[in-house]
Amino acid sequence: MATVLEREPKGLTPKDWASDQEVRWCPGCGDYAILKAVQKTLADLQADPDRTVFISGIGCAARFPYYVESYGFHTIHGRAAAIATGVKLANPELDIWVVSGDGDSLSIGGNHLLHLLRRNVDLVYLLFNNEVYGLTKGQASPTSPRGTVSPSSPGGTLDAPVNAGAFALGAGARFVARVADVVQGPMVEVLTRAHGHRGTSFVEILQNCIVYNDGAFDAVTDKATAAEHQLWCRHGEPLLFAGGTKGVRLVPERFALEIFDVGADGLGAEAALVHDETNPMLAQMLVRLDVPTALGVIFAVEAPSYDAAFSAAAPTRKPGLADLQRQVGGRTTWKIG
Amino acid sequence: MNEISHLVGAAGPDSLVVRFAGDSGDGMQLTGSRFTQEAALDGADLATFPDFPAEIRAPVGTTFGVSAFQIQFGGRRVRTPGDRLDVLVALNPAALKVNLEDLRPGGTLIIDTAAFVDRNFKKAGYDHDPRDDLDGYRRLDIDITKLTQAAVKPLGVGNRDANRARNLWTLGLVLWLTGRSRGATQDWIRERFAAEPLVRDANLAALDAGHAYGETAELPRLPEVLAPGQTAPLPPGRYRTVTGVDALCYGLVTAARLSGIDLFYGSYPITPASSMLHMLARLGAFGVRTFQAEDEIAAICVAIGASYAGQLGVTGSSGPGIALKMEALGLAIATELPLVVIDAQRGGPSTGLPTKTEQSDLFQAVLGRNADAPLVVLAASTPGDCFPVAIEAVRLATRYMTPVMLLTDGFLANASEPWLIPDLATLEPFPVRQGAAVDGFQPYARDPATLARAWVPPGTPGLRHRIGGIERSHRTGAISYDPANHQMMTDFRRAKILGIARDLPAQGFVAGGMDDRILILGWGSTFGAIESAVDRLRADGVSVAHAHLRHIWPLPANLGDILASFERVLVPELNTGQLHLLLQGVYGCRLESLTKVSGKPFTAAEIETRVKTLLEA
Repeated sequence: MATVLEREPKGLTPKDWASDQEVRWCPGCGDYAILKAVQKTLADLQADPDRTVFISGIGCAARFPYYVESYGFHTIHGRAAAIATGVKLANPELDIWVVSGDGDSLSIGGNHLLHLLRRNVDLVYLLFNNEVYGLTKGQASPTSPRGTVSPSSPGGTLDAPVNAGAFALGAGARFVARVADVVQGPMVEVLTRAHGHRGTSFVEILQNCIVYNDGAFDAVTDKATAAEHQLWCRHGEPLLFAGGTKGVRLVPERFALEIFDVGADGLGAEAALVHDETNPMLAQMLVRLDVPTALGVIFAVEAPSYDAAFSAAAPTRKPGLADLQRQVGGRTTWKIG
Repeated sequence: MNEISHLVGAAGPDSLVVRFAGDSGDGMQLTGSRFTQEAALDGADLATFPDFPAEIRAPVGTTFGVSAFQIQFGGRRVRTPGDRLDVLVALNPAALKVNLEDLRPGGTLIIDTAAFVDRNFKKAGYDHDPRDDLDGYRRLDIDITKLTQAAVKPLGVGNRDANRARNLWTLGLVLWLTGRSRGATQDWIRERFAAEPLVRDANLAALDAGHAYGETAELPRLPEVLAPGQTAPLPPGRYRTVTGVDALCYGLVTAARLSGIDLFYGSYPITPASSMLHMLARLGAFGVRTFQAEDEIAAICVAIGASYAGQLGVTGSSGPGIALKMEALGLAIATELPLVVIDAQRGGPSTGLPTKTEQSDLFQAVLGRNADAPLVVLAASTPGDCFPVAIEAVRLATRYMTPVMLLTDGFLANASEPWLIPDLATLEPFPVRQGAAVDGFQPYARDPATLARAWVPPGTPGLRHRIGGIERSHRTGAISYDPANHQMMTDFRRAKILGIARDLPAQGFVAGGMDDRILILGWGSTFGAIESAVDRLRADGVSVAHAHLRHIWPLPANLGDILASFERVLVPELNTGQLHLLLQGVYGCRLESLTKVSGKPFTAAEIETRVKTLLEA
């Protein structure tokens, strides 16, 4: 944890970032923890609420904008990425956060997310992944594991799930991070990095749906198993987990990652890969790990943002009425009367 | 052949109808548009009808690959591209087969004999040489291919490249036959091919050779419809030609200036709307930014995002693309954001006839969304009319915080006409106000006069609020499932749109008035055909009036009184009767319907004939 985050911000507190709306998520929903972390991040960053905009699609996560004391736009299913693109291009000064879910982002809105990421519009994209359709009462989602039994799939789902991080990297994302709802401190740290990154910062948040998919991420988040399941990726640091007793190494002959016990088979801690967040191949392999689950900033590279290029391409000269009259009048004209 | 008498009266014709037809790779659209420019510069009034297939380069010589460009021009007022052809240019048998039926008896037929060979007869579906059956036309059978090759040979241009100048040879000939000059075309060629001297010279040589051929071969010229120095009786002023796309895009950028806010145009490629994206992309300096989105839905969503952020979002598409935008349009209606949606209608349903015209999206525009989702619908009537209608769309969208659907169609988009260049300094600005008083600000509080809410983009200090597609409390905008609130908000949305009728000029008449027996009530691009028909009918003493709707929804406040005062009202439209059904539903009156969905505009004769039938009934 960066020490800078421990400091109490001078201006707004997390409470000041709470709107007057009553929060209507189910008691115990992981969304509460995410809201709390976002509000703390905004307070820590001393962001300007008048210039901050939360934009969402449809789903449980999409109610988020109503609960943040900033500008907010709750739009339609899957389209938040496209609407946010228009908002950012029309006013690049705005600080935009998109809040979405796994169905919203990866089913109905998959196309828009793909293009948002490849364009690299400067905003933070939060994907709350609970591996289920919550608001429509528990159908399998595009991230549900194969075989998921749900009201719409009583015999178990037949389709393979999409890996959100792998999708984002494949679409050309320049910033890919993953956290889980319960890990407040690291989540604030990751959100702060995401906010500071220029371009689309894609953050997958493993989020527990207490009603329709309770415990989906227990292995990752339970105290008893967390150490064995959380692989925190920090740039320049070795990829070690389970209290430093396990590591991730590259097996060059197979071009694959392998988990090893530190000290066994003559492999010391130095055998672990050192995380390089600028390496897209490593990032692809890390997001695909299941046990342990890669968390933190998995990939981050600098690249020009679309909105900056769009603004730079804007004609600088504001023509006058005479210029417009000349344009409308055309070059080939004739007179009658 | 009743209508022919109007073209060829005792005093000779006062306009000519020419159609250039060939393969889609033969450059017929270019030939037609250059001819248009020459006729315009000579002071003619004119109307054009480009008609081309959806395939970019259909197999050579086939009927489905035929591309055509029709123009009517003359020294009188010209309102349509013409019902029947006086001149048909057919560069191959397929072009002859598709177009011959429109050539009037005694009309001039120009064919390129080099293309009239067995192989091409087969491709066109002829089992023998069709020239054997051509009776009653003035024939100009010319080996255009060979003559073009000969014309460019001294320049060292080979036969294959020479064939690409065949259209300019033909243009030169038709310019000569019709007594038009060719200076503007020569200038255009010099500029267009400045970087390719050989192509430039070959094209100039071909144009000149075609022109010279008419003279040397002593071909009789066509009747003079515009004497030297004569101009069509258009209102005085400076003119240019515009297509509907030109005028619409100029209208949008002019509206940006009049409103004081920038426009943001989001679009996805689709025929025939893409040309708006192309043109606006070049007009960035005039307060419009363009964005090619990943799909139709994204195109309207970026526009909505831009409107939310304080620019005016505009999106344009055609029928199937508009269908994809409908859910997002509902969001703009619910959140009461300004938006302009341009629908360049085409034949449908589904992919339908991408390059052919139709007016069958009226229901989609007025009614085509889930739930009670009212918006404003406007329709342009001529290419030049797209200019004021685009400005009106922006004015209404921003004044009433509502989406506005602007209907054009494939015919309007591509057709051109002389256009009296507007003096922009005389247009009334309508500065848009954004923001609100901080004290007591309520996002859904309404201006009592317009029922519009305030436009408060994010970034406005001290006015933070949240909006969305879930029903909003009638003042705060917070989520509300309250039954009374939903009733109230639904009523507000309806009343706001219907109330716009108070802001509209009274519906007037293009010709005739309340004292006439029959009213023809049109909308959109049928304007020219109706106007021509009404001119003829009134000249024949028929008591018929013409009114044309620009505002489809809400309807003009006095329209009900107008409809009630006529014995018969005829509603012609290029669909199966959509406005007809809408009006009967709104006013509870009985109206006559005239419909056509062949992918082609009405002819004036079709409307005239129907009115005569009505009179006899």
